[in-house]
Order: sequence, then C-alpha cells, then structure tokens
Amino acid sequence: MGEDVTHPKATLKARGLSKVYHTGEVEVPALAGVDLDLIEGELIVLLGPSGSGKSTLLNILGGLDRPSTGSVEFAGQDLAQMNDKALTLYRRDHVGFVFQFYNLVASLTARENVELVTEIAPDPMRADEALALVGLSERINHFPAELSGGEQQRVAIARAIAKRPGILMCDEPTGALDSKTGVLVLDAIAQTNRELGTTTAVITHNAVIADMADRVVVIGDGRIQEVRENSARKQPGELSW
Amino acid sequence: MVMRALHPLDKKVVRDLGSMWAQALAIALVIAAGIAMFVMSEGMLESLNETRAAYYERYGFTDVFAPMKRAPNALEKRLQQVPGVRFIETRIKERVTLDMPGMNEPAQGQILSYPVGDEPRLNRLHLASGRWLAPGQSDEVLVSETFIEAHGLGVGPGATITVIMNGRKRDLKIAGVVLSAEYIYAIQPGALMPDNKRYGIFWMSRTALEAAFNMKGAFNNAVFSLDPGANEDAVKAAVDLILEPYGGTGSYGRDIQISDWYVSGEIDQLRNMAQFVPPIFLAIAAFLLNVVITRWIDTEREEIGLLKAFGYSTWAVGVHYIKLVMIITLVGVVLGFMGGMWFGRGLAGIYQEFFRFPFLHFHISPGVFTTAGGIGVLVALLSTVNAVRRAALLPPSEAMSPPPPTTYGRSYFEGWVRRLSQPSRMIVRHLVRWPMRSLMTMLGNAAAVAVLIGSMFFMDAMEELIDISFNRAERQDATLTFHEAMEPRALENIKSMPGVLQAEPFRAVSAKLTFRGAERRESLTGIVQGAHLSRILDQDLKPVDVPRTGLVLSQKLSEMLGAGVGDVVIAQVTEGRRPTLELPVVQVSETMMGSPAFMDFDYLGRVMREEGRLSGAYVLMDANREAKFFHDVKNTPAIAGIAVKTTMLQSFRDTMAENVMVMTTFNIAFAAVIAVGVVYNAARISLSERARELASLRVLGFTLGEVSFILLGELAILIVVALPFGCLFGYGLAWLWTISLDTDLYRIPLEVSRQTYGMSVSVVVVAAIASGLATFRQIGKLDMVQALKTRE
Repeated sequence: MGEDVTHPKATLKARGLSKVYHTGEVEVPALAGVDLDLIEGELIVLLGPSGSGKSTLLNILGGLDRPSTGSVEFAGQDLAQMNDKALTLYRRDHVGFVFQFYNLVASLTARENVELVTEIAPDPMRADEALALVGLSERINHFPAELSGGEQQRVAIARAIAKRPGILMCDEPTGALDSKTGVLVLDAIAQTNRELGTTTAVITHNAVIADMADRVVVIGDGRIQEVRENSARKQPGELSW
Repeated sequence: MVMRALHPLDKKVVRDLGSMWAQALAIALVIAAGIAMFVMSEGMLESLNETRAAYYERYGFTDVFAPMKRAPNALEKRLQQVPGVRFIETRIKERVTLDMPGMNEPAQGQILSYPVGDEPRLNRLHLASGRWLAPGQSDEVLVSETFIEAHGLGVGPGATITVIMNGRKRDLKIAGVVLSAEYIYAIQPGALMPDNKRYGIFWMSRTALEAAFNMKGAFNNAVFSLDPGANEDAVKAAVDLILEPYGGTGSYGRDIQISDWYVSGEIDQLRNMAQFVPPIFLAIAAFLLNVVITRWIDTEREEIGLLKAFGYSTWAVGVHYIKLVMIITLVGVVLGFMGGMWFGRGLAGIYQEFFRFPFLHFHISPGVFTTAGGIGVLVALLSTVNAVRRAALLPPSEAMSPPPPTTYGRSYFEGWVRRLSQPSRMIVRHLVRWPMRSLMTMLGNAAAVAVLIGSMFFMDAMEELIDISFNRAERQDATLTFHEAMEPRALENIKSMPGVLQAEPFRAVSAKLTFRGAERRESLTGIVQGAHLSRILDQDLKPVDVPRTGLVLSQKLSEMLGAGVGDVVIAQVTEGRRPTLELPVVQVSETMMGSPAFMDFDYLGRVMREEGRLSGAYVLMDANREAKFFHDVKNTPAIAGIAVKTTMLQSFRDTMAENVMVMTTFNIAFAAVIAVGVVYNAARISLSERARELASLRVLGFTLGEVSFILLGELAILIVVALPFGCLFGYGLAWLWTISLDTDLYRIPLEVSRQTYGMSVSVVVVAAIASGLATFRQIGKLDMVQALKTRE
C-alpha cells in the first residue's frame, strides 16, 4: 500500500496488523500487514469470502481480540496494548456490535435488551427512542421468541446504537436473513449512520451490499486487496440479492 | 491404543466424559456417598449380627438369668427340672471395689465364679492371653480384656491387683485375660458410657468366692439355656416361683440383659441408618443425573440429528447415552464399594472399643454389593431414561435445526421485577422459567445443610442431656451404694467421712411393676423431702419435691406401663418382706436416662417396714479432701460401690467427642459432596447453556464481574433461599433421630444450638463459594469471538 497518510478525521487507525492463530502445532495466519483508517461518520463495507480475515480484522478493531503485531490507535491509545479490563471499557463506552445471529438475551424483552446496554453506558439515548429509530415502537414489550428474525436483528441494532457509540460494528448482519428482511435491517443501519453520524463498519461476503457504502475494502488472504470509494451510495431499498 | 480399537460412538463417550469430567465426578461422588453408607451400614449390620450369633453359639451364651440372695447348691437339681430348661449353671456373682495404682478413686467391678480345670456348659470365656485358673490357687483371677487394656501394659498376666472383696483387701494374681459373651458391652450400673478404666469384670474359682463372700454350699446367681421351642415366660415364672424363698429378684431374658440390650440397640440403629441415609444421597444423585443428562443432551441435538441422518438407529443413539450414564454410575458404585469397605473397617475398629468380641471381621456379603450396585444402576437409569428416550426419538430433520429460542414470559410478580436492573431481571426470569429445576437445586442445597445439622446436633443434645441430668437433677458429686440396706446411723457415718459436705440418703428396692397387663422390672427409689442433691424434675424440667405418698413415674416408665397420674400401679417388691403394693401414680417426672420410679424415702421405709434404712447416699464433697475421702471409701467394707460424677462425665465427654468427631467428619465430607455436587453442576450446566448469551454480554462491554453476577447470582439466590429450609429440615432430621434413638436406657433431648446451625450453614456456603469460584474461572475463559459466530 502507498505511504502512510493518516486521514485527518480517522476514528480508528490500524497499522501493520497481523494475526496468527495457533491451533495445535499448526500456525494459521489470518491477517498479514493490514493498514486501515475508519473515518468519522463513514459507512465502510469490508468485503471478502469466508476465511479472508475480515472477521479477524473486525474483532481486533472492536476490541475483542489483540493483533499478533501492529497497532490500533483509538483516541490516542493503542488497543493492542490494552489489558482485558481496558478493552472491556472500550467496548462498553465506544463500540456497538451487531451479530449475525442477533445474540439477544432470551429472558429479556426488546426494550429490556436495549436497556441492558443503556444501563451501563455513560450517555445513552432512551431505549424507546432507539427502538423507534429501527421501526420497532410497536413491539417493545415482546420477548425474542415472539419476534421474527428481522425484528430480532433490528432489536440488536437498537441495542448497539442506544449507547450512541463512536463506532458500530456489524458482522454479517443479514447473514441469517432472507433478502427482503435483510434490506429492512440494512435500512436501519444506513439510517442510524446517517442520522447519528456513527462510524459504521459492515462485514459481509455479499458484494451487493457494498453499493450502500461510502467506501469498500476488499479483503483476501489476510490482506487488503482493494479499496474503492463509491461516488454515490445506493439506498438499501435499491439493493437485492 | 485402546481408543483406536473403539467404535467411533464409544470414542465419543470417552471424549464426552473427558470434557465433562468434573461434573461427572461430582455426580459419581454423590452416588458413591449413598452406596458407601449403604454398604457400610448393611455390612456392619450383617457382620455384627453374624458375629454375635456365632459368638453366642460357640460360647454358650445363656437365655435366662436369675439373680437371688442366696440359695443352697441342692436347689440346682430342682431348677434343672423346670420344663424347657436345657442346661443350668449356678454361680456366685458379687460387686467388688479395686484399688488401682495411680487412681485416687476406687474402680468398680463384678466378680463371678468360674469352674477350675473344667469348662462350664454356659457362658464360656474366651482366653485372650495368659492361662486359665489353676487348681488349688485361690488367689488367681481372670480379668476382662477391656480393663487390662485401659490400664496399660503394666497390668497383665502375672501381675497383681488389689481387690476389696466383702470389705477385705486381697492381692490377686492375674492368670489370664478373657472375653465374655455376657459382657460384650460392659457398663457400670448407672453410668452413661462404658469406662473401662473404672469398671472391670473378674472371674475367680468358686471355692475362693465361697470363702470370700460366706457363700459355702450356696449360690446367688443362676443362668439357663432353653430347649429349642421352649416357652421362655413359662420357664421364668417357674424359676421365680422356686427362687422366691431364696431372695430371687426375678429372672429375666436376653431382652433386658444389659450387654445384649446394647448390642441389639446398636444393630437397630445401624438398620435405621441403612434405611434412612442412603436414599437421601441416591435421590440427590438421581436428581443430578437427571438434570445434567437432560441439559447435556439438549446441547447435543445436532450431533443426534447427524447420527440419525447417517443411519444410526434410535436404539443405537439411546444406548450411546445410556453408556455415558452407566460409566458415571459405575464409577460412583465402585468408589462407593471402596468407601463403604473403608468406612466399615473404621467403624468396626470403633465398635471393637465398646463391643468386645473375640473376633469381629468386617465382612460384606456379595448380596450387599449386588443390592447396592443394583439400586445405584436402577436409580441412574430411572432418572435419565426419559431424557435419553426423547433424544433417541428425535427425528433427524428436527434435530439438525436449532431449537427455537427459549420462550420466556412475564412472571406473576412482573411489577416487582420491573424495578430491578436488567441483569437481575434475567436472574428472576430464569429462575421462574424453570421452577422445577430451581426448586430441585434449592432442595439439594437444603439437604446438604440438613445432613450437617442432623449429625452435628448430637453434641448439643449431649450437652443438654448432661445439663438436665447432672446440673438440674443429679447434683451430687458421688453416689455411694451399700451391699445391702443399712441402719439409719450409716448416714451419720457417711456424713462424718473426710471431705463430705452434705449427704442425702436413698433407698432402692427392686420390684415388678404391673399396670393392666403391662409389666416392667424397675427399682423403686426412695428420696427425701426437700432434697438438694438428687432431685425430681417435672415435665417442664423444674425441680419438685417428691410427694409424701404414692408413686412418681418417669415419663418413659409411664409410657411403657401406659399408666398416668391417677392410675394405680401394682408393685411386687422382690426383696425384704416382699410386699405387694398398690401405688397410685401422683406425678410423672422427666428423666433423660433410664426409666426410674420414685417414692418418698420415709413412705417407702414404712411400706417395707424398714423405716430409716438406706441403700446408699448422695454426697457433696470438698474437692480438696477427695483423696482422703476415696481412701476411706476403699476401706469401708459396707460400701459396695461409688460413682463419681466428674470421672463419669469426663469419660462420657471423651467418648462422645471421639465418636461424634468421626461421624461429623464423615457427614461434613458427605454434605460438602452434596453441596458441591449440586452447586457446581448447576453452575456448570447453566454456564454451558448460556455460554453464548454471557459471551455476547461480554462483547457488549459487560465486565467479568457483571456477567458472573448473572450466573452466580442465580445460584446465590437458590442457596440463600435454601438455608432456612435446610435449617428447618435439619431440625426435622434431628427430631427423627431423637425419636429413633428414644430407648428405655436414655433419651436424646431435641436441642440444636445456634453454633450448629451456623456451622452447618457455613460449610454449605463455603462449598458453594468454592464451586462458584471454579465456575467463575470458566466464565473468564468464555470465547467471545465464538459467540459471534455460532447460532443458538
């Protein structure tokens, strides 16, 4: 990649990231020298086939894992050097997560799932407000078992954004959904990015989704293969697969 | 190598066990505890029963015992002719006092005549060391093994002991050390526990005893064996009729022979234990197996679907899980067998201290193992069959798809729940979602507390028993007993002995009490008005004066006779002028030991027409002049025996401490196994079920502590709720013990101290905390990345 020019409005700045997993006696390199900035307010899509290293990258950027070498700078601090406690605080205060399989707490209602996060966040929005943002005002008192997959994922998005995170990380958010429901979920993500200005990273292997991004990063074999900027973002409603 | 030879499914069994080894071990240990208890008690029961039967058989233990004042030898023939009598032995049996070196207070003993150069037909002794009595040696004595052992190595065959017989000091040479079927359990009359140092049994040649006790040509004790099928009551009645003119105090059978009574009592107690304790452990093991296997199978849905999709039959899948259950069970059973044999040998060692058999092999018959193993396997199968069946019948298509998310609902107390934080709501909803599971975990914890209270309360009960018996009722320092009732001036002599501060006389006459067909041999004890030392307690344990006329029955005697206040009891006195008295019951008193009957001292004297005569005296003494007092007691021929409170209490406490320590250690270990088994399993299963949920929360920024709170908080609630129930059940268990140990010899007061509650609760809480910490470490290892990738 070219010379190291830090974008003036970078929220996260990753340099020389590599990650090697040790399984038994085998060393599996998952990332090999990745440099990447997440720019404030942008919607970035990390595109790649399974095993390309995109999830590993997201896990490191999200503070779930540490790189084998390299650094991730956030607000002047290096995530790679943080201990578990500091990483927990980083996730708690600054990162919102949306998972492929929603990961809602079955024993809590939609609102309560959101409140789970707002209770421990420094400056959250109200749970009702977050649920209204994803269009679920009508179903706030339902338990996960009473919601459809798309609805569950929108609760998960509400839960992720309710704390007003600096960064929203979405790992295959539509992976378990059909195309129509997936579009609704992407809509919710695009809307929060637009309205709240949250820096948003979406991981997917679905190339169609790349069209809704400001920037697309193609990952393969643990390296960044290509970075391209979309001149115009498509609305999720215009996408289908 | 072994693994390679296994069928793939069996490899899976081995690997699954490897991954859940801690849980499997916890369950196996609970099974082992139940099996061990069963094997130990059943084995001990069997060993004790068989040993006793063999001992009695081999050494000719008698069926009927008849004491009397003095009968001529010629009477033996008449007694032999009583229909039903097979063999008879006559003998001389007397009380003696001993002056043992290094002991201030005199030791007590029984001395019996024993044939020289010939074996008796009944009650033959077992020679443990030394030799039998030699002809013509009138100063030789055989001594009970327990007494010899208690006095250490200095005393043994060849040594000399000083015995005060009929007031005369004699130095006797120990010829041999023996054991007797008649004294398997040797306890001094009136004592709480055997004190082998202060009570011994001795045998001498008949001629020597005849000379010492002026019994030439006479005997004062006869023992009988009966023909098979003989009517024991008829024999006793006929014997009593013949012996009445000779001061017979009434014959009795094995049922109230002290030694056999104690052995039987112990056997009954073991039987209770075998029926009572193992089911508790097996029920808990069943519960654990059920929960663990059911939940674990739930996590195996996909594997089951896969196996069935590959073409494995329902049966093969079922057998696969049954194998897993059986391996855990068999490990438990085998550990239980080993533990049972080990505890059993330990118990046999304790038994040998109190019950003296020439041989006591702790032996467990194959039947006990088969039964124990069979019950263990059956319980395991029954508790898991449903889960295994459901798993095996799961259609592959359904099994391969993830189970629907758990349906939670609002609980009835939702209004209250809404005031809680989200993690607390998760706890409450989870508890309410699986009420049965929560209830069972709670009950398991409660059972652990209860088992502890049920064993530790014995110490409290014993202290209470001592307080009631010795601080409230019998407050004398020593009780002196004469060979026979003495003239009133004997009391003045006792009062003038050195160190005696106070003395109260008592009179005791043996009698047969009957009321509406119920019959009981008991002595009538006359105590004085305004007694300060030996007092009667009313039912509220308040001391009261003995009524001037009429009879006071102890609660136990009142129950046995079925007679209460206002009833008239017939008392046939078997000594002195042998009057038959009609005595109205005027009071029922509370006693923890024995089943005594009391009367006013003067009133008893009047009806016996022996006013003022006393059988002995209760004495309060000056501790500083004890040595001089004991010296005089040893040298007073009229005094047959002395019971000293401090030594009696000391030996009682020592014995209890030792036994209760052993039992309590066992029980603490067992209760900890239960507590750990329940708590650890509950925690681990919850963790594996909710790993994904908890890991997700970690991803969302919850700290390790906050996440642990959700899991461990639930268990903490179940433990906290269980504690009061455990205390309640423990009290109930203690109550059951007092009922099952309520005998005519003693009763155990239902007393559970705060310390016992506190200690029991602490043990369980500590076990729970240890389990919690082990789980906490596992929570720390949760894989957050994995949680994002896997579906429910």
